[in-house]
Amino acid sequence: MRKQWIALLALATSGLAACTGGAGGTSATENLTGQTVEVVGPWTGDEQKNFEKVLQEFKTRTGAEVKYTPAGDELPTVLQTRISGGTPPNVALIAQPGLVAQFAKAGAVKPVNADVEKAVTDHNAAVWKQFASVDGKLYGFTFKTANKSAFWYSEKAFQQVGATPPATWDDLIKTSKAISETGLAAVSVGGADGWTLTDWFENVYLRTAGPENYDKLAKHEIPWTDPTVRKALEELAKLWGDPTLIAGGALQTEFPKSVINVFGEQSSAAMVFEADFVASVITTNTKAKVGQDAKFFPFPSVAGSKDAVVAGGDMAVQFKDDKATTELMKFLASPDSGKIWAELGGFLSPNKDIPESSYPDDVTQDLAKRIVDAGDNVRFDMSDLAPAAFGGTKGAGEWKDLQDFLADPKNVDPIMQRLEANAAKAYGK
Amino acid sequence: MTPKKWGLSTSVDAAPGRSPRQAIPFLLPALLVLAALVLYPLVFSLIRSFFDATGDEFVGVRNYVDTFTDPRTLTAFRNNVIWVVVAPAAVTGLGLIFAVLTERIRWATAFRLVLFMPMAISLFASGIIFRLVYEEAPNQGVVNAVLVGVHDMFSPSSQYPGARPREGYTATEAGFAANKPVRAGDTVMLPLIGFNPQQVPAQALPASTPQAGDGELRGLVWLDVSAGGDAGKVDVIERGLPGIAVEAVRDGQVVARTTTGDDGRFTFPDLAVGEVTVRLPRSNFELPFRGQTWLGPGLITPVIISSWIWIMTGFAITFIAAGLSAIPRDALEAARVDGATEWQVFRRVTIPLLSPVLLVVFVTLVINVLKIFELVFVIAPGSVQSEANVLALQMWQVSFGTGGDQGAGSALAVILFLLVAPAMLFNIRRFRRERS
Repeated sequence: MRKQWIALLALATSGLAACTGGAGGTSATENLTGQTVEVVGPWTGDEQKNFEKVLQEFKTRTGAEVKYTPAGDELPTVLQTRISGGTPPNVALIAQPGLVAQFAKAGAVKPVNADVEKAVTDHNAAVWKQFASVDGKLYGFTFKTANKSAFWYSEKAFQQVGATPPATWDDLIKTSKAISETGLAAVSVGGADGWTLTDWFENVYLRTAGPENYDKLAKHEIPWTDPTVRKALEELAKLWGDPTLIAGGALQTEFPKSVINVFGEQSSAAMVFEADFVASVITTNTKAKVGQDAKFFPFPSVAGSKDAVVAGGDMAVQFKDDKATTELMKFLASPDSGKIWAELGGFLSPNKDIPESSYPDDVTQDLAKRIVDAGDNVRFDMSDLAPAAFGGTKGAGEWKDLQDFLADPKNVDPIMQRLEANAAKAYGK
Repeated sequence: MTPKKWGLSTSVDAAPGRSPRQAIPFLLPALLVLAALVLYPLVFSLIRSFFDATGDEFVGVRNYVDTFTDPRTLTAFRNNVIWVVVAPAAVTGLGLIFAVLTERIRWATAFRLVLFMPMAISLFASGIIFRLVYEEAPNQGVVNAVLVGVHDMFSPSSQYPGARPREGYTATEAGFAANKPVRAGDTVMLPLIGFNPQQVPAQALPASTPQAGDGELRGLVWLDVSAGGDAGKVDVIERGLPGIAVEAVRDGQVVARTTTGDDGRFTFPDLAVGEVTVRLPRSNFELPFRGQTWLGPGLITPVIISSWIWIMTGFAITFIAAGLSAIPRDALEAARVDGATEWQVFRRVTIPLLSPVLLVVFVTLVINVLKIFELVFVIAPGSVQSEANVLALQMWQVSFGTGGDQGAGSALAVILFLLVAPAMLFNIRRFRRERS
């Protein structure tokens, strides 16, 4: 009954929006003075300041008051409490697609209106629309993204052996071996955090098994005992299984330390794999300069695979569909909003119409370009798509199983069985 | 207030507090608050533990069955048992020792204050401190720094840690042994890798191939690492490695031993006829001692317990010291006059008189240990959290961490409550008996 009512409402509003769509395009500077919009997002500190500048621009254009509530890591809990309390914010930025789907099924988030949908279609590769769609309806779009397919390397360590950024997985192993000859470990793995390991696996899997299988595994339509999973784990074992290539104590190394291992004073490794935000860890914790001492190369191609990017991201969704909310969603979907934050740094967007020159430095430009260029070969972080019991829990599920795999990379079959058993339990619920 | 007035007020009600009807209005506010904050959550948790994750479907005791068949919970149980057996006893014992000892020194209060200080730090912060204390890298973790310091004082690390021959050698117990035997008149080329060229000793000279004369065996050990260099070939900027011990082995016996010079060359001058195997002893390449992996799966629970002991000892000292000062001095004096030694006084007089206090401290600590959470959460790295798991942590993770199954979480909470309840009851009974 309730669902029908919501669907009706959605239909009515989208119909209405479609009618006014033509007019909406021209009247970009709608006057919304006196209205207040509340946004809940995960960003605190500097990121909060930068996002508030984006919102400030919206205020200047429309006259609407915008209130930003930072929720940090507790965002899912904050939103759930506010929804059950009957006071959801107008807009929220959510990093877990699973949560968006959950809210969509419960009718808490509203499908975007036609204008916003058009903006999303115009400015992003088609794959991004899928990430935010539930049962064929679009509920939002990725406003800020993370490029999780980057290897960061120490220029000094590479120079010592005359190495160049490897383009293929086999080259990476070769370069790693050359580096290990100088007494330095090739790669520092932040194995104390399980999420770094899931990112490793996802990147290899996306390349060895291809995007279609990736989608299937993310939905658990194929089991973790599938031969494609074995192939990916075996490729990983080529690197993880050689103790001279991996910096010691990987399972006790947290992500920030794995970065410091490479770029700190006493470096113990030459490369570290993780997302674009490694750059900010380097800047805050070491003296290395991003772009000079610290550079990145994209995750190499495995067995001739095409360019592909594993991405994370914060999706903007709306809990109300009044005019001010819709205007804000339209603004956030447009390149204008992303451009503001892009210029401030620490921001990547899938929006292909944000000019590359908006990003402040070469490294960020390159990272952003690779996301846009990968087009439909971008895939959302699989562990974020999985139920949290499997893909997001310290010491359990995929995190723990991959940690066990890192501890003993020869042990492919038992790990696959354990992954499958844990996945079956988590997806079954 | 004068005694007269006091007497007057009692004469109004002969037995104050004996009338339940009068008591109810006074108790009501407190009862309401208790009911809302304690009773309601308690009953709600109990009921919730019989429902599934969504809270809509009654599942009977399934949550309890799941809990007792989940290996993670079983590990948590096992760890809780270890905690309860080891930690409260250790803290009570240490507290007793320190309390008795500090009683006899002049700056007792100052000393106790120092020992009590960890109690003033939040458990979370203490956890972070100990996470760093037990860090594996010796330049960060103080425990390993001390271990490495002491170890290196007695056996200094090798000159070329981690270096290894490029190929053609097999790692054995004694060192890297050549796969192919050689004989007098041969020249042995020994390219090493796995070492940073910048750490080669300053006196090292450029490497060049030696020529062996009759009856002797010559060779070169050099670091075959350079940008753009050829593997296994002596490149221009590559240097010999000085001070490497080389052995010539025949039939498992070392027949000659030498050390490389500054140019990395070595010579066995008069080898008798026959084949020998060249071997590089392990001592050349022994990796530096890096201390223990404290935060690995094996030691994690003892490590966390040790930090809890550090925190709680101050608590035990304070209580036991208070108990000590309440012991009648004349009992001790009487024992001493009767010729008892100090140890006898301690064993036969002090401890029996202190035992009620010790018991209360012990039971309080048991309750505290059963609900331990923060330390495990903070100290154990994610990779060993399931090995270090305890019930309270498991409860939190099940309820809020893993997609939020609050049904199963409530079941764990009920089990935890049942475990704590006997200790609570014991404490309550004691207090009541003491009062009467």
